[in-house]
Amino acid sequence: MNKYTERLYNGVIKENPTFVLMLGMCPTLAVTSSAINGLGMGLSTMVVLICSNLLISLFRKVIPNGVRMPAYIVIVASLVTVVQFLMAAYLPSLSKALGVYIPLIVVNCIILGRAESYASKNGPVESIFDGIGMGLGFTIGLTIIGLIRELLGAGTFFNMPFLSAIEGFTPITIFIMAPGAFLVLAFLVAGMNIIRKKMAAKGKPLAEPAGCLSGDCAHCGQSAMCTGKSAAAGKTADSAKQE
Amino acid sequence: MSTLASLMLIAVGSAIVNNVVLSQFLGICPFLGVSKKTETAAGMGGAVIFVITISSFITGLIYKFVLANPFLLSKGIDLTYLKTIVFILVIAALVQFVEMFLKKKMPALYKSLGVYLPLITTNCAVLGVALNCVTYEYNLLESVVYGFSTAVGFFIAIVLMAGIREKIEYNDIPKTFQGTAIVLVTACLMSIAFMGFSGMI
Repeated sequence: MNKYTERLYNGVIKENPTFVLMLGMCPTLAVTSSAINGLGMGLSTMVVLICSNLLISLFRKVIPNGVRMPAYIVIVASLVTVVQFLMAAYLPSLSKALGVYIPLIVVNCIILGRAESYASKNGPVESIFDGIGMGLGFTIGLTIIGLIRELLGAGTFFNMPFLSAIEGFTPITIFIMAPGAFLVLAFLVAGMNIIRKKMAAKGKPLAEPAGCLSGDCAHCGQSAMCTGKSAAAGKTADSAKQE
Repeated sequence: MSTLASLMLIAVGSAIVNNVVLSQFLGICPFLGVSKKTETAAGMGGAVIFVITISSFITGLIYKFVLANPFLLSKGIDLTYLKTIVFILVIAALVQFVEMFLKKKMPALYKSLGVYLPLITTNCAVLGVALNCVTYEYNLLESVVYGFSTAVGFFIAIVLMAGIREKIEYNDIPKTFQGTAIVLVTACLMSIAFMGFSGMI
């Protein structure tokens, strides 16, 4: 496996941002009320991620270390603005369905996390492939969750009648409403707990959840960029920012 | 409708009916991460109220008088497309500034909220509130009320969650559901409870 396919495999399977690393939970919960919305959100995040990985990797030697976070934020925010206007122009219905969650891609921890942990240390081509891999992994995750919620909650498959075509089928509407998102994610986390244990028993442990769902800021993989961590560690990040 | 009534409507609507965590999914990270104990949850909630109220005022000011400045608009210069970039930078700088200010001038308040302040920059609720104020075309007063009550909604949700988590600690939970999974199930039930308020408005 060459290093480019390795990046893709890493993003989609080994360190899948939704199922394994549990990153970006706000959009995961918020926009997965249907498979189309999940797919749209995943693809727009992927576009931003690929472009931001490319730009940050190109500029990695120019950006001074002390101001790297603000610099990354400006790059990501500009890209998000571009994506937001493109979507409003060409996909108005999707843009309306996703609403405020499109500009909120800026604070998605996958993007800044990849910028900090991969793109700022590697060449542009590898970084693009890393972005494609991670973006695909996120898109697949969101689409699967969206599909589950849509099938149970509305009985449709990508907005086409599927289960709802069966006589006497009653959709469980709660699944496409807010509580359903929490419930589906709860079962997902529980399922991943089982898989994690099985893989650990086989001697091939999965990567630990890196995001806020692990609830363990001290050992969080994002701790270099996230300011949300225990007080002592938080101070160092602040002083780095103020330099 | 009179101003006061519309402000009340915004306040109740954003604090309880459209709760920021339980129905809009903003600020999930601290909601799951910092809700193990009631005291820390209350501290986090207090800091969020503080920051969101100030930030919705400041971003409102900047939007009104810089980005959507009538003079610039009349000259055909529309800067409103810069709002995402400007807001996120303003919020990041503001949190730093508030932290420094509290440290110097109000050590007592800093002691109770200071730990949680740096946690807030990455809280998507802050940026979400600032952007929503623009989308809903709120004026300055409405923006501040909206920001404050949204943050109060966050406070209510995170403190309730911490209270419940302290109780579940001693329950016999199936092994696979221990940890985050049971917290998410709890959040689901809380969210169902909050859906009961949706008839209020």
